[in-house]
Amino acid sequence: MAHLSDEQVQSLQLMATKIRISMIDMLAEAGSGHTAGPLGMADIFTAMYFHILNHDPKNPEWQDRDRLFLSNGHICPIRYTTMAHAGYFPLEELMTLRKFGSRLQGHPEREKLPGIETTSGPLGSGLSQAAGYAHAARMDGKKFRTYCCMSDGELDEGNSWEGIMFAGNNKLSNLTAIVDRNNIQINGMTERVMPLEPLADKWRAFNWHVIEIDGHNFQAIVDAAEEAKAIYEKPTVIIAHNIPGRGIKEIEFDYRWHGSPPGAGPEDVWKKADQEKEMLKGLRTLQGVIEAGHGE
Amino acid sequence: MITNESKLNPNVFDTSKLEQKPTRDGFGKGLVAAGKADERVVALCADLAESTRVEWFQKEFPNRYIEIGVAEQNLATVGAGMANYGKIPFITSYATFSPGRNWEQIRTTIAINNVPVKIAGSHAGVSVGPDGATHQALEDIALMRSLPRMVVLNPCDAIEAEKVTIAAAQNGTPVYIRLGREKTPVFTTPETPFAIGKAQIFYTPSGDKRDVGIIATGSLTHNALLAAQQLEGEGMAVSVMNLATIKPLDAEAVSQFAKEHGAIVTVEEHQIAGGMGSAVAECLAQHAPTPIEFIGMHDEFGQSGKPAELIEHYGMGVSHIKEAVKKVLQRKS
Repeated sequence: MAHLSDEQVQSLQLMATKIRISMIDMLAEAGSGHTAGPLGMADIFTAMYFHILNHDPKNPEWQDRDRLFLSNGHICPIRYTTMAHAGYFPLEELMTLRKFGSRLQGHPEREKLPGIETTSGPLGSGLSQAAGYAHAARMDGKKFRTYCCMSDGELDEGNSWEGIMFAGNNKLSNLTAIVDRNNIQINGMTERVMPLEPLADKWRAFNWHVIEIDGHNFQAIVDAAEEAKAIYEKPTVIIAHNIPGRGIKEIEFDYRWHGSPPGAGPEDVWKKADQEKEMLKGLRTLQGVIEAGHGE
Repeated sequence: MITNESKLNPNVFDTSKLEQKPTRDGFGKGLVAAGKADERVVALCADLAESTRVEWFQKEFPNRYIEIGVAEQNLATVGAGMANYGKIPFITSYATFSPGRNWEQIRTTIAINNVPVKIAGSHAGVSVGPDGATHQALEDIALMRSLPRMVVLNPCDAIEAEKVTIAAAQNGTPVYIRLGREKTPVFTTPETPFAIGKAQIFYTPSGDKRDVGIIATGSLTHNALLAAQQLEGEGMAVSVMNLATIKPLDAEAVSQFAKEHGAIVTVEEHQIAGGMGSAVAECLAQHAPTPIEFIGMHDEFGQSGKPAELIEHYGMGVSHIKEAVKKVLQRKS
């Protein structure tokens, strides 16, 4: 496994924090959009765009690029922000999110923004598209990999399991799924709304190689992606145990933040302006884990 | 009389002399031809290889045939992924399941995504017969023609189905192809013109008089021709237009046809709500307001029975078309 140096880890952490800050600013400007899931996936998207993916932000249609599908389109704020920081488009454009005429649609559309790969929003359909894509690429002997980020909540959808079955049956080893296992969905905790456990066993039973990781540990994220490349007989799923709202202590683990933008969430959390400042400060320092100063 | 340019089979009115074939056979043949012409063509199957005729493609191109199992949502979304990559996928099933069950996947991952998946829905209409209401798709045209970017094609016989399939493979957009299970008369010929978006006039009265124009789609077009010929024998001047492309509608030809005749009957094996007749009515209300009578399903589901008896029971037979022509003629100002 490619071991990340301390400098590499810190560099990824700093980038993830910058990305979280930009995203909070973007969501606050938009006045609507999802907060918890995108914050929880910030580390994984940072790892993807700044270490794992073989891609070229200046040439988003490059034929040999790795493909990253996003199945749960509602977490697109984290994808948009990460892409902007990676150089796909100017950071200022983030302020157009969800506004009339913007390329940054409320749910992502393939033809609006180069590099987005597919249109998504309605849940449960992304993995099947990624599987179809990976299958077609293998027919033509292409070497790039196809990734699909998806949520745990959307595993309620039958279409998800149809895709899981199809990819397992076809041994699509060029496909890696990444499940945001943050345990929340709109109505509450996943295990209360519609239990998914034993989740890893379910994927294994559908002939997938399963890796479970802490989705906020960059070494673990990178190791899992490398391991997936080494598995030749099966597709791989990385079940990333994530903290919804990761980075803002006050909203971490709180399912009520699933679909709320900053400033419009549960009243008891974000109403006081000074508290908002405290929360952003907490975000900028990752609750004191790293030094403040960047991105301010 | 049959128009010269339509190049129909000379035995068109002698049904006993016409070959009987389902439109799904024409699709199966056309798909093999499309596959030979372009190696990007792939076929996806939801456990219905024989009855959709996609097995003919499978035999010819086993490596370009993808088995999905009984999973129509996956059928649409895997197809969307393959089209996004650059393939030309034909996704095949019964119309009640695809585009019925997987409509939202078609909307999002094919139409909004704007990738050229070709949806072949077989077993459309009550002529499915003994399988009954659950398997008789009667709402599929409405579902598909309401989607932006979707082209909707409904061939009138097996030969036209073959042309439709070959054309759909190369047009670059999402397409829905509606197909039937039952054998129906093959009355066009390989020389009969077909182009996506172009209506064809198959029958015109011998004189200059124009009483009523019939616009038909699918295999009921043959019933419309029989009705027109019989009515001409009774002294009425009736024309028949074959509307194989329901969307994009050939608005110019439809409007011109309505202006020439002043009264229209639409004929289709589909719910009247949202079908081809609705498309014609939308067009004419705007461009050439004309009285219309609609032949089709009157807001009800089908049932088990023989195809011919179901067509009669639900009012889509030759006699019903003739009655509708007479009725609309009364309304003509």
